[in-house]
Amino acid sequence: MQQTAKKSNVVKQLRIEKLGFSLLTILSIATVIPIIAVVIYIIYLGAPAISWEFVSAMPSDGMRAGGIWPAIVGTFYLTIGTAIFSVPLGIAAAIYLSEYAPVNKVTQAIRLAIINLAGIPSVVYGLFGLGLFVIFLNFGTSILSASLTLSIMTLPVIISTTEEALRAVPQSFRVVSVSLGATKWQTIWRLVLPQAIPGILTGVVLGLERAAGETAPILFTGAAFFLPRLPNSPLDATMALPYHLFVISTQVPGMPIQIQYGTVLVLLVFVLIMNIIVTVIRSRARAKRQW
Amino acid sequence: MKENQTRNFEKIITRTIQFSGYSSILFVLLILFFLLSEGTPALFDVKLSQLFSERWYPIEDYFGILPLILGSMVVTLGASLVAVPFGILTAVYIAEIAPKWLQEIMKPLVELLAGLPSVVLGFLGILVVSPFLRDTLNLPTGLTALTGSLLLGGIAIPTIVSISEDALNNVPDSYRHGSLALGLTRWQTIWGVTVPAAKSGILMAVMLGVGRTIGETMTVMMVTGNAPIMPTSLQALFMPIRTMTATIASEMGEVATGSPHYHVLFFIGMVLFLFTLLVNVIASNISSRKLKRSERILS
Repeated sequence: MQQTAKKSNVVKQLRIEKLGFSLLTILSIATVIPIIAVVIYIIYLGAPAISWEFVSAMPSDGMRAGGIWPAIVGTFYLTIGTAIFSVPLGIAAAIYLSEYAPVNKVTQAIRLAIINLAGIPSVVYGLFGLGLFVIFLNFGTSILSASLTLSIMTLPVIISTTEEALRAVPQSFRVVSVSLGATKWQTIWRLVLPQAIPGILTGVVLGLERAAGETAPILFTGAAFFLPRLPNSPLDATMALPYHLFVISTQVPGMPIQIQYGTVLVLLVFVLIMNIIVTVIRSRARAKRQW
Repeated sequence: MKENQTRNFEKIITRTIQFSGYSSILFVLLILFFLLSEGTPALFDVKLSQLFSERWYPIEDYFGILPLILGSMVVTLGASLVAVPFGILTAVYIAEIAPKWLQEIMKPLVELLAGLPSVVLGFLGILVVSPFLRDTLNLPTGLTALTGSLLLGGIAIPTIVSISEDALNNVPDSYRHGSLALGLTRWQTIWGVTVPAAKSGILMAVMLGVGRTIGETMTVMMVTGNAPIMPTSLQALFMPIRTMTATIASEMGEVATGSPHYHVLFFIGMVLFLFTLLVNVIASNISSRKLKRSERILS
């Protein structure tokens, strides 16, 4: 009697489990399906717009015809500019946190600051960039101002992923190196950093991917609505892909839909390439790791 | 001689690295300083009672930021209703239930969603989501708070999924084994043991996801219609709305530097900064509390 009651309880629990698992499967798939759908949708509608002319020509007829070359170049410049400032600074800050920083209030404050930087809305970075770089330092709306703004925004991503990568290098490596007479910096430069490179690269690519896709921080610091030539110097404003997409999808009446989809596709391809790079670096590093 | 050189070099490097480490504090202070120095004059330009009134119409010097704050809240709340359940359940599925091969497909997809620029989501919102909502719900316009909420949910989901998943993976396997050995099913183990053990990490994931939605700008600006209407009831979800972020982004380009409008926009930036600061401080408190508790368990 009791036995059967127990048994039926087990059967009931197993049935609940099965039901729950199927429900969660459906829900999770419902979460990721739209992502696949978006990718296919954009490729399907954007592909017909892509031609050599589209990616290599200047926009013409008030952006309603021609290509998006200056926007592509602009995004490239902004990404490089961001990397120049944020990569060395971010990696150095991560080295400090992982290798040098004592456990004290100051270090705690640094960590709190990084968390805060990560949480500040992108449009607030735009305000800050406008206040400091454009107006106060008088860089004007320029690639320089926009890159500096974007690099401060990118810093927390680079710092936290790099620190994680450095911390993953076993302590024994450092102990051996120092015991052989190497200085602390020699140990870090020759031993710890090379081991952590895959992790660092992942962080850098993810950070730059975010920076390249951002619009709000460059709105008032360096983005040009329409500039049918390439920027000549870092003090020039520039067109940029995400901002260009915003402009042609909301600000220009009578914009051919083809050009809009083409621009989205170019942005998407860019994001996909970055993501593939990250995945490849990660899986290769995992396969090669000796510890 | 050579040794001396090495030592000097070492000293310089150490200083440089230390300074880089401190730079984050410097940047936060700089941001705070510029927001305050450009934002506080708003309090002198505009009367406080006016600033917190219900009418935003800068052309006629009406600077009531209340509808903007509430607009941000409505959209954020809506986005959380979408992102929190879907995000947490997806994380549970990926971490605890999904077979290995499916994990390997789902994780990069979620990462891809995290990498999609917000303008791309906004673009899809204008062309796909908003016409769809307009037609199915029979609304006068598809550019509503609801449209914004749905898309912002998509922006918060990757954050919630990846941090919750980390938290679940950090639960020691011995917990699960213990529970299974006592005869509980995997389903009971998940909800009775694993998820409660990862609770604080999941809570942090939710906070950070919500933090991202408050600060999101481009998507919201493109799909919510940007009408600064005071949201008063649930009906507001189906009407155009305007958030703080969208207001700054759409109006900053056109104001004269130093005008009251300019200062008020910086003031809104200050309010936004405070909101996200609050969310982040709460989230980081949760995570440090978690650390202490797990240390206690281990010792």
